[in-house]
Amino acid sequence: MATIHIDGRPCPARPGENLLQACLEAGADLPYFCWHPELGSVGACRQCAVRQYSGPDDRTGRIVMACMTPATDGAILSIDDAEAREFRASVVEWLMTNHPHDCPVCAEGGECHLQDMTVMTGHAVRRYRFTKRTHRNQDLGPFVNHEMNRCIACYRCVRFYRDYAGGEDLAAFATHNDVYFGRHADGALENGFSGNLVEICPTGVFTDKPFSAVYSRKWDLRGAPSVCTHCAVGCNTIVNARQDSTRRVLNRYHDAVNRYFLCDRGRFGHGFTAAPSRLRAPLARIDGRPTPVPVQDALRRFQMMAQDGPVVGIGSSRASLESNFALRALAGPARFSTGMAEPEHGLARLVADLLRASPARNPTLHDMESADAVLILGENVTVTAPRAGLALRQAVRQAAFDIADAARIPRWMDAAVRTLGAEACSPLFVATPGPTDLDPIARATYRAAPDDIARLGFAIAHGIDPTAPDVPDLPEDAARLAADIAATLRAAARPLIVAGTQYGTAALPQAAAAIAAALAAHNSAAALSLILPDCDSMGLALMDGLSLDAVRALARDGGIGTLVVMENDLTRRLDPAALDALLAAVPHLVVIDHTATPLSARADLVLPSASFAECGGTLVSTEGRAQRFLQVLFPDPPLQAGWRWARDLAQAADPGTAPVWQDLDDIVAAIAAEIPSLAPIGRAAPDAAYRLDGARLRSEPPRISGRTAVRANISVRDRPPPAAPDTPLAPTMEGAYGPAIPGALVPYYQAPGWNSVQSLNRFQQEIGGPMRGGDAGVRLLDGARQDETPRPRSAYATAIPAPFVPRAGEILLLPEPRLFGTEELSTLSPPIAARVEAAALRIADDGGATPTIALRLNGQRVVLPVIRDPALPPGIALCPPHMALRAFAAPAWAIVQPHGDDTP
Amino acid sequence: MTERPLTAMIDPAAGPPDCAAYGRAGGWRGARAALRDMTPDAVIDVVTRSTLRGRGGAGFGTGQKWSFVPKEPAATRRKYLIANADEMEPGTFKDRLLMEGNPLQLIEGMIVAGYAIQAGHGVIFLRGEYHVALDRLTRAIADARATGWLGADILGSGFGFDIHVHTSGGRYICGEETALLTALEGKRAQPRSKPPFPQVGGLWGAPSVVNNVETLCNVPHIVANGAEWFRALGLGPDGGTKLYGISGRVRRPGTWELPMGTPLREIIEQHAGGMRDGYALRALLPGGASTAFLDAGQVDVAMEYGAVEKAGSRLGTGQAILLDDRTCPIGMLHNLEHFFAQESCGWCTPCRDGLPWVERLLAAIEDGSGAPEDLDRLADHARLLGPMGRTFCAHAPGAMAPLASGLRLFRADFEAHIHQRGCPLRQAA
Amino acid sequence: MSTADAPLPPDLRADIAAMAAAEHHARMAAIPALMAVQARLGWVSDAHLADVAGLLGLSPADLDGVATFFNLVFRRPVGRHVILMCDSVSCWIMGRDALCARLCDRLGIRPGQTTADGAVTLLPIVCLGHCDHAPAMLVDRTLHGDLDEAGIDRIANALAADTPEGPPT
Ligand SMILES: Cc1cc2nc3c(=O)[nH]c(=O)nc-3n(C[C@H](O)[C@H](O)[C@H](O)COP(=O)(O)O)c2cc1C
Ligand code: SF4
Ligand code: FES
Repeated sequence: MATIHIDGRPCPARPGENLLQACLEAGADLPYFCWHPELGSVGACRQCAVRQYSGPDDRTGRIVMACMTPATDGAILSIDDAEAREFRASVVEWLMTNHPHDCPVCAEGGECHLQDMTVMTGHAVRRYRFTKRTHRNQDLGPFVNHEMNRCIACYRCVRFYRDYAGGEDLAAFATHNDVYFGRHADGALENGFSGNLVEICPTGVFTDKPFSAVYSRKWDLRGAPSVCTHCAVGCNTIVNARQDSTRRVLNRYHDAVNRYFLCDRGRFGHGFTAAPSRLRAPLARIDGRPTPVPVQDALRRFQMMAQDGPVVGIGSSRASLESNFALRALAGPARFSTGMAEPEHGLARLVADLLRASPARNPTLHDMESADAVLILGENVTVTAPRAGLALRQAVRQAAFDIADAARIPRWMDAAVRTLGAEACSPLFVATPGPTDLDPIARATYRAAPDDIARLGFAIAHGIDPTAPDVPDLPEDAARLAADIAATLRAAARPLIVAGTQYGTAALPQAAAAIAAALAAHNSAAALSLILPDCDSMGLALMDGLSLDAVRALARDGGIGTLVVMENDLTRRLDPAALDALLAAVPHLVVIDHTATPLSARADLVLPSASFAECGGTLVSTEGRAQRFLQVLFPDPPLQAGWRWARDLAQAADPGTAPVWQDLDDIVAAIAAEIPSLAPIGRAAPDAAYRLDGARLRSEPPRISGRTAVRANISVRDRPPPAAPDTPLAPTMEGAYGPAIPGALVPYYQAPGWNSVQSLNRFQQEIGGPMRGGDAGVRLLDGARQDETPRPRSAYATAIPAPFVPRAGEILLLPEPRLFGTEELSTLSPPIAARVEAAALRIADDGGATPTIALRLNGQRVVLPVIRDPALPPGIALCPPHMALRAFAAPAWAIVQPHGDDTP
Repeated sequence: MTERPLTAMIDPAAGPPDCAAYGRAGGWRGARAALRDMTPDAVIDVVTRSTLRGRGGAGFGTGQKWSFVPKEPAATRRKYLIANADEMEPGTFKDRLLMEGNPLQLIEGMIVAGYAIQAGHGVIFLRGEYHVALDRLTRAIADARATGWLGADILGSGFGFDIHVHTSGGRYICGEETALLTALEGKRAQPRSKPPFPQVGGLWGAPSVVNNVETLCNVPHIVANGAEWFRALGLGPDGGTKLYGISGRVRRPGTWELPMGTPLREIIEQHAGGMRDGYALRALLPGGASTAFLDAGQVDVAMEYGAVEKAGSRLGTGQAILLDDRTCPIGMLHNLEHFFAQESCGWCTPCRDGLPWVERLLAAIEDGSGAPEDLDRLADHARLLGPMGRTFCAHAPGAMAPLASGLRLFRADFEAHIHQRGCPLRQAA
Repeated sequence: MSTADAPLPPDLRADIAAMAAAEHHARMAAIPALMAVQARLGWVSDAHLADVAGLLGLSPADLDGVATFFNLVFRRPVGRHVILMCDSVSCWIMGRDALCARLCDRLGIRPGQTTADGAVTLLPIVCLGHCDHAPAMLVDRTLHGDLDEAGIDRIANALAADTPEGPPT
C-alpha cells in the first residue's frame, strides 16, 4: 500500500492506480466524466483537476488531471485548492453552455451524473448568454432513446460501444463543439450491448426507451437485487418496480461476474413479466375450455387427480432451485424429471461432472477477461452466453497490456495502451460451424461440423500431452492448426478453453476438458469454461432427475397418473409427435407457470406462478455459482412462487406427509440439507433475518412519493406494506441502507452527493474490486479450489468421434441460437420482439440459387429462406432453434426436399 | 553575403532542380556523408551538437528527439520518419516555399533523418490545399527513386528508405504531432496522450519521429558541413538560419532566410520594406497565430527562441503577423479566436466549449453588444486555458496566447468598444 | 438514380483497393480514398461513403466519423467549381471581408452556399500559406493572391462564363 496526502490527510492508495481512483476510494468527492472504472482514463473532460505538489517543499504545485496521474507513494495533492476548484467549476460551466435546461423532462433527472457533478462543483449561475447549438436526434431502435442536445462529449459512449464492445455502428462525427455521437443513419443499434449506453452516458443522451414509456423517477422506484434469467451466465441485476409492474432492469455490480455491463437480452428481456401471455388465475379445463377457478377448487381438482395414479414432476432449467425442489418433493425424487430431453439432459450432467473433475480452473467471467490465449471449441458464445462473449473480447487485449507493462504505462491509461498495442492481439481461436461475432478479432477461425471440431480439439490435447489419445486421419490443414493451437496454448500463461452444449455433442465439452487437463498438468492457471443453455441448467444438473425420455418411457408403461410440469413449455423440448404420445398416455396434466405456453393450453389445470420479479429464489449459473434473486413486486393472491404451488399441491394430495415450508429460507434450508451438491446455497445471500444496524434494509429510496396517492383511484387509505417473508428487504422506504450493504442485497445505488449509478464507487472495497459488504452468491463446483498446486489429471475421454460425413439428400441441422428470438422468455418482451429477425437457414454454398429451402424433420415440414455461406462446411445447416421448427434444439438430420415442392 | 543554405537553390523562375541539377548544385552531400561514412548514432550526435531546434513551433532539440528512438536497425523493426508539412498556422508560409522551391532538399533531409533513427518508412504529411507542392514532391520522389536515392539499399549502405506523401483532409490540429499520427492512421485526428511519446510508440505503436519540413531541410547541411558551421550561422545562442516571414500592411510581405537571431526590426524594415505609407505598426504576433502579441516598442527583439520568450512571446514559426494602427485589434482577436474555436478537435471540454464562448464574447464586443464583465470572462478564459496541462493538447494554450496579451495591450480599445457600443475605427470611417 | 447513388466506377474502386493494399493498414487510405472519390464526382455521397468503407473494411459510421472531421471532405454536393477563400488573420487584415462580400454579391450566394446553376460553391478556409500575397483564395486547384476588387471581378466573370457545356474558351 502506498500513502498519498489529500489536502493534508494521509490516505492509503494502491500503487499504480491513478489519483482519481485513489481519491474516490478515500471517500473524497472529486468530479469526473470521461473516466470509467472499466474503460480507464483518457483525459478528455478535464473535470478531475487537482493540484499536485512535487514534494513537501513545493508550495506552488501544478494543476493535473487526477485520472491521468499515477498515485505514487508520498504523492501530495489538493482537491480543495482554490484554483483547482475554480477550474472544475469552469469545466461544468463550459459543459453547460450547450446543455439544455430540461432536467424536469429528462429521464436522467434524479440519477444524472451531470446533475451530481454540477452540484458538486457549485456551478449554479449561468453566465453564458449566447445561443446553444441544436442537434437532430436519431431513432436508434427499440432499446435506446437519443437526445443529442444533452451531450457533454465525454466520449464514453463510443469508447464503450466501439473499443470495449466491438460495435461498429456508433461513432463520433464532426469536430469542435459540433461533435455528434450517433449512427451513420437512423436505425437500431446493432451491438448486443447497446443498452449499457444508458448507464455509461453520464447524462440524458442515451436513456432506456422501454422504461421511458413506463417512466418513474429513480427515487420513486422500488428496487431489488435479481439475477438475469435469460441465459446461464447469471449476470446480477437490479429490478426496478413501481405500483404493480416491473419498470426496468439495471446492472448490479458483481466483481467476478458481470461487473459493469449486461447484454441487451438481459436488460430488455424482462418485459415478459407484463406481457399479455401472463397467467394470473388458476385455470381448469371445464367443458374443454380453460376456465378461471378459485384456488380451493383448483387444489381440490388436483386432489382428485392424484388419486388416479403416480404423480410425476417435470422441472425446468428456467425455474428456480426452490420450485424444482418443491416439485421433486411433491413427486418424489424417483419421479422427478429435470425437464430436459436427451442430449441436453446428459450434457448438463456431463458439464457438471467435467467441471468438478477437471484439474483446470473453472474461471469466473472476470478471470476470462485476463486469459492470454483462448480457444473456443464449438460454441457461439456471444449468443449462448453473451456476457461471457464480452469478457472474451477483452481477453485479446492481454498482449497490449504486456507491451504497456514493459513500457511502464499503467493499464488504466486506456488510449496509451491502445496506441502501443495497436497491432498486438492475444491469440483467440474460434472453431465453430458458422460465423461468430468474435471472428474479426480471432487469430484463426476453423469452420467445421461439430464432430470435426471435437476431433480438432482432441488433436490439440494430444499435441499438448502425447499420452492423450491421438486422432487418426486428421486432414493436413486441421493437423497443422491443431499443432499451432497446441503450441500457443502451451506457451500461454493463462490459457482458457471454452466449450458448451449448443450443438448437442458430448465430444465438444469432452475434447475441451481434455485440452484443459493436458494444459493443467503444466500450468495451474489453465482454465476450462463450459456453457450450458439456461439460467438454472446447472442447478438441475446438480439436483439430478429423470430425462424427459425416461418420463416418456414411464408414460408408455402406464406409470403416470398426473404429470405436473413446472415452468417448462415442453413443446420446446419434445417434437409434436412425441409430445402427443406422452400426453395421450397421461390422464392428467397440470402446468405451473407464470406465462401461458402452447403446453399450458393443453393442461387440465394451470396454476399461475410468480415471475422472477414477484418471488425470491436461487439459480445456479453455468460456472456453478448459486445466486439469489429477491422479490420486488408483491402481487395479490393467487399469484405465488412456483414452489408454493408445488407445496400446496402436495398438501392437497396428502396433508400428512407434505412439506411445511413457510418461506424461502425454509425451503432453502431443506434443499441444503437434502442435496449435498447444493448444500452451500444458503450462503448465496443473507437470509430474511439479515439486519443492518438492527434494521431491515429498505428497498425504496427515502424520498419515494405518492405512497397513498398512487392508488387514490382505488382507495385513499394508506395501504399497509405487503408482507415480505421471503426477503431481507423491507418493501418500503423505511429501513437501513449504506455502503456496507452486502452485494447480494443491493436494491439501488445511491450515496450522499451521488445519485447516479456512479455511486457504486462508494460501495466497493476498491474501484473495480469486491463489494464492501461482500460479493453475492456462492460457488458450488470449485470455489475453494483456487490454490496454485496442479491437480491430478483425470482420465482422458477416449470416445473420439468419427469424421463428419455429409449425406446425400439430407442435411445436418444444427441449432444456432440468436441473441434475440430463440430464448423463450425474452422473446415475449416487446422491445426484444421488435428486434427478432425472421428465421433463416445458413448453409454452405450448394451451388443452388433458390432463395428458400424446404426441409422435413420429424414430420414437420418447413420452407426457410437460405443464406449461402461458402465458409460453412458442406452437409450442415445452421438453424435458429424454436423459431421455424417446434422443439428443434438438438442436431438432427433433415431431409432436403426437392425445390419447387413447396406444397406441404 | 550571409550563407542561405536552405534557399540557395530556390529559384522561383526556374522551378525546382531535378536530381542531377540538385547534385550539381551541391545537393546529396549530406546523404552521402551520412550513409557512406557515418553510423546512425554519429548522425544523431552531429545534429545534437549543432543545436538544431524544431522549426515547427515548439523548438525541441532535434538530435535529442531522435535519441529517444529505440536503436534497432531499420531492417528488423518498423519505424517511421514523418515530415510535418501540414503548415496551417495562420500567418505561416515557409514550408510551402521549401517544398515548392526545392523538394529534393526535404527528401535528402528525410533520408538522413531516417538513417539516423533507422526508419525504413518516410511519410510527408502534406496540407491538402498545397497542390503545387504535391505535384513537385511527387515528381521529386519519383526522380529520387529512379536515381536510387530512395528504395532498397541506398548507396550500397544496406539502408533502405522510401517516402510516401499523405495529403491531409484538412484540420489545423493535424499539425500537432500526435494528432498527425492519428490522422495518418485514418482516424479522427484527435491528439494522443504522452506517454507513450511518438519516438517510442507512434504510428500504429511503432517508433515514429515527427519533424517539421524546415527542420528536416537543415539536416543535410549540418551533416555535410558540420555542427560548428551550423552553430556559427546563428547570431546568438541558436544555430543556423531561419525562414522569417512578414505579413500585414508592409511594403514587401514575404519570407527570407536569415541568420537565427536576426532582429525583428531588421526583418520588418529592411526585408519587408517597412510599413506601408499611412500605416504605423501597432503590435505583432512574432511567430504565427498562437504566439503572444509583442507591441510596437518591442521590435528590437532578436528573433531567437530565448529572446522572444523573454519578451513575453514565442518564436513559434518565426513568421510574424503585423497589426497596424488602422486595423481593429478586437477584430483581429475575434478573427484569431474564430479560427481556434473552429479548429478545436472537440476532444477536451475547456477547448471545445471554452473557445466558442471566447469567440462569441469578442464578436459581441466588436459589434457593440459587449458588457464590461465580458472582459472578466475573457480574462478568466485566458487564465484558465492558458497554462499547458489544463487542456489535452497545446491548441487551447496557443489560442490563449494572443488573447491574454491582447487583453493587456488593447485594454483601451476593449473599453472603447464597450462604451461606444461598437468599433471606434469603424464609427470614425 | 442520381450519380450520388450510382455505384462507384470500377476503375475508381480498383484504385481505392490498391491504395488500401499499399498501406500498412487499409484504413490509412481513408482520406486519400475519399478525396479520390471527390476528385472524380465532386463530393462524397452516403452511398459512396458506404462503398469506400466496404473497400477499406470499415463500417460506414466509422468512416463517416473520419470524413466529417476534416474540412476538405465534402459530404454535401458542391458546384462544379469550389472557391476556398482564406478567412484567417493575415488575409483579414488585408481586407478579405470586403472582398468576400463583393464575391458573394457577384455570385448571389453567401459563404457555404452554391450558386443556383450549380456552377460555384464558396467556402471559407483557414490560412492558405499565401499570407505574403494576402488576401488569397483557391479556385479549384489554382491559388490566387493579392486579390483586390478587380481581381475578384475578373474571377467572378470567368466563373460566370463557365456553363455546364464547358469552360469559356
Ligand atoms: C495545434 C498545433 C498545431 C501544430 N501545427 C504544426 C504544423 O502545422 N506544422 C508543424 O511543423 N508543427 C506543428 N505543430 C508542432 C508539432 O506538434 C510538432 O511540435 C512539430 O511538428 C515537431 O517538429 P519539430 O521538432 O521539427 O519542430 C503544431 C502544434 C500544435 C499544438
Ligand atoms: S485542446 Fe483539447 S479539444 Fe482543443 S484541440 Fe487539443 S485536445 Fe482537441
Ligand atoms: S475524468 Fe479525468 S479528464 Fe475526464
